[in-house]
Order: sequence, then C-alpha cells, then structure tokens
Amino acid sequence: MDNSHPMIELTIDGQTVQAAPGSTILQAAHSIGIDIPVICYHEATTPNAVCRICTVEVTGQRTLLPACVAQVAPGMQVQTQSERARRSRKVILELLASTVDLAEAPEIQAQMADYQADPQRYDGTRREAGYFDDNPFYIRDYDKCILCWRCMQVCADDAQYVNALTLGGRGFDSHIATFYDQPMPDTSCVFCGQCLGVCPTGALKPKRQALMEQGQPEDVIWLATRPPRRKERKP
Amino acid sequence: MISADLTSLLALYQGRGREALLPVLWDIHHHYGYVSAEAAQVIGHTLHVPLADIYGVIEFYAMFYDRPTGKRIIRVCQDPLCALVGSADICQALSERLHIEPGETTADGAYTLELAPCLGQCDHAPAALVNTTAHGHLHSDRLDDLLQNTPTPLKTRLGGMLRIALANVGQVDPASLQDYRDNAGFAGLYKALSMSPAEIIKTISDSGLLGRGGAAFPAGRKWEFTAKGPGQTRYFIVNGDESEPGAFKDRVLMEGDPFRILEGLMIGCYAIGATQGYIYIRGEYQLPYERIQHAVDQLYAAGMLGANALGPAKALDIEVRRGAGAYICGEETALMESIEGKRGMPRLRPPFPTTYGLFGQPTVINNIETVAKIAPIMLHGAAFYRGLGTSDAAGSKLFAVSGCVRRPGVYEVVFGVPLRHIIEELAGGALPGRTIQAVLTGGAAGRFMTADQLDTPVNFDSFRQAGGSVGAGTLMVFDDAVDLRQVLAQIAHFFAHESCGKCYPCQMGTQRQLEILQRLAHRQPAAGDRERLIDLAATMTDSSICGLGQTAAMATLSAMERWPELLFDGDRRENG
Ligand SMILES: Cc1cc2nc3c(=O)[nH]c(=O)nc-3n(C[C@H](O)[C@H](O)[C@H](O)COP(=O)(O)O)c2cc1C
Ligand code: SF4
Ligand code: SF4
Ligand code: FES
Repeated sequence: MDNSHPMIELTIDGQTVQAAPGSTILQAAHSIGIDIPVICYHEATTPNAVCRICTVEVTGQRTLLPACVAQVAPGMQVQTQSERARRSRKVILELLASTVDLAEAPEIQAQMADYQADPQRYDGTRREAGYFDDNPFYIRDYDKCILCWRCMQVCADDAQYVNALTLGGRGFDSHIATFYDQPMPDTSCVFCGQCLGVCPTGALKPKRQALMEQGQPEDVIWLATRPPRRKERKP
Repeated sequence: MISADLTSLLALYQGRGREALLPVLWDIHHHYGYVSAEAAQVIGHTLHVPLADIYGVIEFYAMFYDRPTGKRIIRVCQDPLCALVGSADICQALSERLHIEPGETTADGAYTLELAPCLGQCDHAPAALVNTTAHGHLHSDRLDDLLQNTPTPLKTRLGGMLRIALANVGQVDPASLQDYRDNAGFAGLYKALSMSPAEIIKTISDSGLLGRGGAAFPAGRKWEFTAKGPGQTRYFIVNGDESEPGAFKDRVLMEGDPFRILEGLMIGCYAIGATQGYIYIRGEYQLPYERIQHAVDQLYAAGMLGANALGPAKALDIEVRRGAGAYICGEETALMESIEGKRGMPRLRPPFPTTYGLFGQPTVINNIETVAKIAPIMLHGAAFYRGLGTSDAAGSKLFAVSGCVRRPGVYEVVFGVPLRHIIEELAGGALPGRTIQAVLTGGAAGRFMTADQLDTPVNFDSFRQAGGSVGAGTLMVFDDAVDLRQVLAQIAHFFAHESCGKCYPCQMGTQRQLEILQRLAHRQPAAGDRERLIDLAATMTDSSICGLGQTAAMATLSAMERWPELLFDGDRRENG
C-alpha cells in the first residue's frame, strides 16, 4: 500500500474503520464484516449506481448515499441500517417485485426476505418487455430484466466493445434493445456470451438451458442450438 | 440504397463525432420526418457512433421518431394549466376530425396526433404545437388554424415594479443587432473586456446574483470554481431547456432579448477562460431558437464572434443546441450528456460540472435569466444589483404566473414584496366570481401555498417557513373550482412521463405514484394507499440519483401536509 496517503478514519454503524483514500463506503464496510446489499453492482463492470439498494445514511447529507460509489471521507459517520435506509431498500425491492419477474433471481428474493418486503404492495402495470428467441445461443426473457445495465456494459466499454445493446424507451418503459429492435444475428453481436455471465435474474440464458427447462427432447435441443451456416458478410 | 439527399445532408457533418448526433437527427427529421434504419446506419458511419446507441438516442427523445409520421405533427399539451381550460376536449375534437387516436397517424399521412407535456405556453392555454410552431388559446370549435398551421402570434403579458431582466423585452427589436447596440447593447461586454477575469468574477460574486434555474446557487462562486478547475479547456453553457409545467419566463427572454443573453454568455466565457459557449434550448421552443440563432448569426457576420471575438486572435464560438422533447435535459449533467450526443441521463456526482463537465472539462452552466442579468450587473456595478431585494436575496426575480388569474404573464419584482402583489396587483387576482384556493409555488416539483398566505414576502427564508418554494419563479394559481386531486395526478403523470429511467426509485416509483394518485383522483383508494404513498415519496426523495426523482413527490407531500383529508376523504371543491 502507498504510505504517502494516510488512511482515512470513519465510523460505520458505530464501529471505527480505517480505509484507503478513494475507497468506497461499500469496501470500507466489507473490511469490517458489515454487509450492505447490492443489486446492480458487479466487480467486472463500472458501477453506475442505478439500483440504489445500497444507499446508506451519512450524517449531514440531505439524501442517502449509494455505498457502491460514494467514497469515504475523514470523520464520516455512516449508518447502514438506519430506518431511512431500510425503508428505502424495502420499497425498492417491492417496486422491483411489482414490475418484473424475480422467480429466477435468488439473491433478490433473499433480500426481500431480509427486509420483509411485500411483493404485492405496489401492484400495478408490469413491465412486459418481451421474450426473444432469435438465435441458437441464448434467449432474452426481458420480463425478468431488472435493468442492472451489466449486459450493456460488458457488450460495450467494460469488455467487448461490440455495442450490440442499448436502452430503448424511457422511464418505466425503459428496456434493453438492439438497433431498431433487430434480431440478434442481424446486429453487431458476436455471441461471446459475456452478457449471460453477468445477468443476475435469468433474463439472459443459454438456449440449451432454456429448452431443457421447457422439457424439450435432446434432438430438438440439438437442432435448435446449432450454429447457423456462415452468414454472408453484410456490407 | 442510400439517397443522394441523405449523402449531401451528411456531407455537412463529415469529420465530426458523436457530439453532432442531435443536430444530425434534427436535420434528418426536417427532411424525412423520421429516421429510417438506413439513415441511422449512414449517421453511425459518418459520426463513428455505434448503431445501437443511435437507436437508443432516438428512443429517448420524444420528438424523434424511428418510423414515419404525418407531415404535420399536432402536439396537444395535457398538463395541468392547459387541462384546466379544456385541452382534453381539444384533443377529443381533433381525434374525431382526423379519425385517429393520440399516438396515431392519419391514413393519408397528413397528420400525427400526440399528447405532449407542458409546452411552456401556459399563459396562452390551451396550447398545442404543429410540428414546432406554437398555437394558443385553442377552442374545440375553431381548429382550422391549427390544422392549417396558420398561427396567431402569441404575446406574453409583461410587467412588474422594475425592469432589469425585462429591460429590452418589447422595447428593442430582437432581430436587430443595431437596435440592441443603440440601446446600450454590449456596453457591459466592453466594460468587462477592460477588466481582468478575476475582477469580473468578483463583481458577479459581490452582486449577490443567485442562479435562477431553481437551486439559487451563487453564480460568482460557480464561475470561480470553474475558472480554477483542472486543465486549460473550459465551457460555458446557458440552460434554456425550460420544460417544467408552468415555466415560461426564459422563453420570454429568449424571444424578446436574445442579444442580452449572448452578451452575458460572452462575458461569462471571457471570465472563466472558455472559448466555446453553448445555448441549449428545448426542442419545443421554435421562436426562441430562431431568435437566438439569428442573433448568433448576426454576431458572426459582424465579427463579434469567431476568431477575433474578444480581441485580436481571441476566439470565441457559440453554438445553439436544440433539445428534442425531454424535460430531464434541463438537469445540468443530463444536458451535457445530450450535447455529447447521448441519451439525456444524469451523471453521478461527484465529480461536479465545475471540475468535470461537458466533454469532461470544467464547465459553468447557468440559467437563461441568470445570464440575462450579467450585462446589466457589469454595466451598473455590483452595488446596484446588491442594493435591490433583501439581505438573503439580492436583486430582481421573474415570476411566471399562470392558471386561474385574470392576467397570466411574466412579472419582474424585487425580493421582499408580498406574494399578494404578484398574484393580485400584477396578475389581476382571481377570475370574476372565484376565489383563490391555492398557489403551487416553485413549479410542478414545488409546494402549495394557500390564499391566507398571500402576505408572505417573496424571499427564500419566508417562503421556506411558509411551506412554499421560490424555485425558478413558477406560480400556478388554482381557484375554488379546481379539483386539486386532478392536478396532483397530472403532475404525477408529467414526472412518470419524463423520468429518464436510470435509477430504480424514480424509474418505477414515478409510475406507481401516478397509479396511486389516479386512483385517489377517482376517489377509489386501495387499502393502505396513504402509507404506500408516503413510503414511496420518502424513497424517491432519499435515494434517487437526481433532482427529478428527489422532488417528484414534493407537490403531493405538500398537499398531504396542508390538507390531510384532501386525498383520502374530504372534497376540496366544497370547502376550499
Ligand atoms: C429535472 C431537472 C430539470 C431542470 N431543468 C432546468 C431548466 O430547464 N432550466 C434551468 O436553468 N435549470 C434547470 N434545472 C437546474 C439545472 O440543473 C441547473 O441547476 C441550472 O441550470 C443552473 O443554473 P443557475 O445556477 O443559473 O440556476 C433542472 C434541474 C433538474 C433536476
Ligand atoms: S438482461 Fe440481465 S444483465 Fe441485462 S440489464 Fe437485464 S437483468 Fe441486467
Ligand atoms: S431520478 Fe429519475 S430522472 Fe433522475 S436519474 Fe433517476 S431515473 Fe433519471
Ligand atoms: S449496488 Fe449501489 S446502486 Fe446498485
């Protein structure tokens, strides 16, 4: 460690902790065994702090702060389990459950149990962003998509620089989209599979697995998951 | 096959990058009415932007289309002030006449009908746009002018106790550089050029000028931080996005006194060391855009912008940018993303724009009204401005008054006058036979004040204590005939429609807030709605990324505080 920068001292839930300058509240909390829930955060992707489940109360701040990106400061007093922080987490989980299908998101389900979130409390219009089975490698079940952004990020500057994915719509109607909603084989997608590896909710799934779950026989699966013959290169 | 038109249109943008994306998309819309996948591919190759990203941008902005539209797009405002005077009937009448529903295009391709958020023509309610041309005072029996796009000029009523920001509006020809010069135009700039940048910044600081875009941040301090920011490149942006329901004061300044805004911007650029300035104007504001662009063109023609703008070899360029239908682009970091050719989604802070702003460089962003005050402050000195108003709020402020008053308009007052002066003396008070029920202060993200609070002096502290909000100077007046529950549901609709979708609390919370308030407006609450609404409001306020989500529940919370029974039992109309 670089000794020219003295460690920063702060308190988290009343415990004093030393953290390196530039580290996040989340890292500082982990270093003393305090767990803060995260959803969108992933070690392999640039944090965008979109889910806000990790927000914590910091004395003197008007709003809660996202622990995954907010940096430690000398004398900071952080409460990870204050009433405000817990209420915010519970409501965010309830909003998610009212909007998308979390059946294959075990981590979020565990958080819902922790925070006694009621999945029916905010019942309303669901975001039905569609099921796309348009290539032999993976399916996209966007009714399960929580918009954590990770797939877009690994497809773009965090890994592949392929940029096949974007956000469509706005607000509640935001969804992951391709160029003019074209099927995956017509886009710049190279089927590297990185997005499948970071999807936390089963929205992206290998086709073989999806078909097995549907109980399809092996020969059907074999046919459906064969790579296509080499496409003509598009101009 | 790529048409020759498209090739020649894009030739203008050869060598440019992603920052040119919105201007290109506007050009394509003017030419074709929408962006085809083919056009988007050519744009992508010209500007080196990933194709998916271009689609993402088209999808984000309400005025961009990925499929053909009618030759004339009629956009009828559906927000509270137009709704009060029958915009729903107008939309209904248009639907019947054109045989289409909102969101649809006639079979002959002549018309597309759209419901739009507030168009900033609240004093001419009910209002609509045909493409981008504003029409006001609409009536469902007289729709021919709208359908033929032959607008009657709209004139905003101006007034007040003094004229600083409004000094030239209606007095000096906004299309004439000469007329502006003949009326002391650019005297502030010349005085500034005789001073050092540090002296200018000190003058602005000493004047006590606070930002007029809503947050009331000291302008001088923002300039100082930016001037001292890292690196050599700096930018100055003027924020003319003005898209919050009830807000139209900046429109009046852009339409009426464009040179004054440019003069302020030029002084600001010189003070912070910027050689490039931007003015970002919402896409729905056609006349303001034309007036500002025309003024910029005249300054270039006169050599006052360009290579030797601020003296020999001291260059300054100004570019006018148009938004494309997204309230969130008024948020400063979203606006910067938009200039950079992206979806207008707010950035995480820190870093702040004064160190990491447009294109990652230190940037000042100020509101139109803030910038319009710069030249007079330079000319008459800091003490002149400081001497007006109160100790916590120097100078003058524009208020846009709309809704149930006799004379809606834009009024300039010094801080410290009672609210009654604005509402009753300037705006004429309640309509005949009516009484004022409430004033929504500070815009859609503001707070309600009541008729018995009209003696509150207009300044930040007094408003705060009275449970109001000065904000950007928006005052929406509702009389005893108005059902405030409907108003709250319309405001909730606005925020749900305009949420950028980046962070969960606002992306899903604004939608749920809308659903709950619609239930309540129809007087069909579900069990537990009060707690549901309170928890939702707290979560959006505490955990959203930007000011939109953080204030989306403000009006509702304020109403619940003032009238605990309003949403859940009582009826405001009877006991207003
Ligand atoms: C959702 C949202 C919308 C905004 N819209 C505008 C706007 O249209 N015009 C404006 O000047 N400021 C707007 N602001 C405030 C800007 O972020 C910024 O504070 C302002 O432009 C700074 O200028 P000032 O210091 O001169 O007030 C908005 C803020 C938020 C959160
Ligand atoms: S598809 Fe999966 S990885 Fe992509 S945004 Fe949705 S939940 Fe996240
Ligand atoms: S608060 Fe709303 S508008 Fe602001 S970043 Fe979050 S989703 Fe976008
Ligand atoms: S984990 Fe921090 S905002 Fe999502």
